[in-house]
Amino acid sequence: MALKIVVLAKQVPDTRNVGKDAMTAEGTVNRSALPAIFNPEDLNALEQALRLKEQNPGSTVGVLTMGPPRAGEIIRQGLYRGADTGWLLTDRLFAGADTLATSYALATAIKKIGDVDIVIGGRQAIDGDTAQVGPQVAQKLGLNQVTYAEEVLSVKDGKATIKRVIDGGVETVEAPLPVVITVNGSAAPCRPQNAKLVMKYKRATCPLERPAEGTAYDSLYEERPYLTLNQWSVADVDGDPAQCGLAGSPTKVKAIKNIVFQAKESKTLTASDADVEGMIKELLEEKIIG
Amino acid sequence: MNNVFVYVEIEGTQVQEVSQELLTKGRKLANELKVELHAVVAGTGIKGKVEEQILPYGVDKLFVFDAPELFPYTSAPHTDILVNLFKEEQPQICLMGATVIGRDLGPRVSSSLTSGLTADCTELEIGEYEDKKNNKVYKDLLYQIRPAFGGNIVATIVNPEHRPQMATVRSGVMQKTVYEGECRKEVVYPEVSKYVSPEAFVVKVLDHHVEAAKHNLKGAPIVVAGGYGMGSKEGFDMLFELAKVLHGEVGGSRAAVDAGFCDHDRQIGQTGVTVHPKVYIACGISGQIQHIAGMQDSGIIISVNSDPDAPINRIADYVIVGTVEEVVPKLIRYYKQNSK
Repeated sequence: MALKIVVLAKQVPDTRNVGKDAMTAEGTVNRSALPAIFNPEDLNALEQALRLKEQNPGSTVGVLTMGPPRAGEIIRQGLYRGADTGWLLTDRLFAGADTLATSYALATAIKKIGDVDIVIGGRQAIDGDTAQVGPQVAQKLGLNQVTYAEEVLSVKDGKATIKRVIDGGVETVEAPLPVVITVNGSAAPCRPQNAKLVMKYKRATCPLERPAEGTAYDSLYEERPYLTLNQWSVADVDGDPAQCGLAGSPTKVKAIKNIVFQAKESKTLTASDADVEGMIKELLEEKIIG
Repeated sequence: MNNVFVYVEIEGTQVQEVSQELLTKGRKLANELKVELHAVVAGTGIKGKVEEQILPYGVDKLFVFDAPELFPYTSAPHTDILVNLFKEEQPQICLMGATVIGRDLGPRVSSSLTSGLTADCTELEIGEYEDKKNNKVYKDLLYQIRPAFGGNIVATIVNPEHRPQMATVRSGVMQKTVYEGECRKEVVYPEVSKYVSPEAFVVKVLDHHVEAAKHNLKGAPIVVAGGYGMGSKEGFDMLFELAKVLHGEVGGSRAAVDAGFCDHDRQIGQTGVTVHPKVYIACGISGQIQHIAGMQDSGIIISVNSDPDAPINRIADYVIVGTVEEVVPKLIRYYKQNSK
């Protein structure tokens, strides 16, 4: 059966590569110094979606993301790998959202997209590591959820069979569509970008990504409507501003503390035989090791 | 009304350790707030088998939901139980394990109740919060403390207006202790059909397979941990050798796990296992806060690193400046020579 699949994807700062230059003189994180990347587990989810599209002729895959205009890059990255379309939720009213307000925004957009069979995203994003948005989107849409998925084994007769990794084991579950699935980083990696698709979509942008004075490609945008990506505001998805962004977030940040390790009195040794043996003897004498 | 709730997780009829750890913490929070500690457990054929694994941790009232198809866990029935129970009981705090189950259930419940949820807390405290914008002071809020932004900061999160204040905590972060004080130990067995609609059972578990852990990293007295600096999967072989002679276990940092140097279930840190060994030997680990969060309560910390300024050195008792290739074989050799 043909499936309508929406992939939830987030543009995140690459927190795995926070180097010394990514810290300001005051010791805070300089977010602008970090490269913005496609959240890694969302790529695993995209791969599962693209496989389902191949197995089920007539299916479509769309990438839904929320962020500032530059997050349009996430949709392009999806198109380069085989997605058919995408939507960028962008509005100042969406800013400052915790997971609940984020899932509200995504759920309203999914309702607007309409008739979705599978919503699939990464288990969690590396800038928050909360794993909450998937289940919260499912709840807001009143859909079933399957988290920690390793592989979508098959979709037939209106049911998805999914292998998932649980604490200390594995599980296979069967869930009726429509369903929300979150995918682990240990699932199959995403296919690389396809050169032909890169050529086709490299000029694709959201209207807000284009400079106000126009670009050299304005005539191209008129000829090829697929180069104008969907861009939705709170009003476009009929969202309630009180449930979006900071206003719609029950959690508040009371304090942020940069990490300062309490320095211990430590002994610094070299790798010399005398130093290493000395330490071992000390630990043995004090019965710290047996 | 207004009590502290802990969702108790089970595998078959075995109560999970993380839940007992949370009950211990929940008891402390309840005492500080002068309210009761309540626990809720749901499964199949658990009546008479789980109560004694839960009550000793200071539970005033335990709700046992026992019905077919509540085990293995699926999202919707357990969500229904908590949501409907919480509508009746109006707890102020709800704690659950930051396990696969807790991280599946918690967000679904929080979204249903429009309450805030903080994942993977490393500390929980009670304190006040001043909302300067609205000039309002909130007393006795739950401080949900966790590393954020890839572990580069520690954030204290509060939920001033919404109840329950929900938090998940990983296994091993809190320590379990049988409660010595007074508590009511009441047990009730509510009728499941009053809480769960039949439509909730649509997701079917076709196959459920759980194995006992392959190692005892969490309880090991000596942990040898490797980071990205080990360079390869083969590099980890010498850590297994060192762990073997010391009768310890091997763990890895997130970077090492991501690079495929060691198995995922050996990851130490905020998003892995938390350990409290007598001796922690960090080899080629720079010491991101997420890693530190999982091992900082170790007794003696030894850091082997070629970078004398590696952040982990600040919390180490012994810093050996040198390459792991040079130092680890020496540790093995001199331990063998000097121990009996």
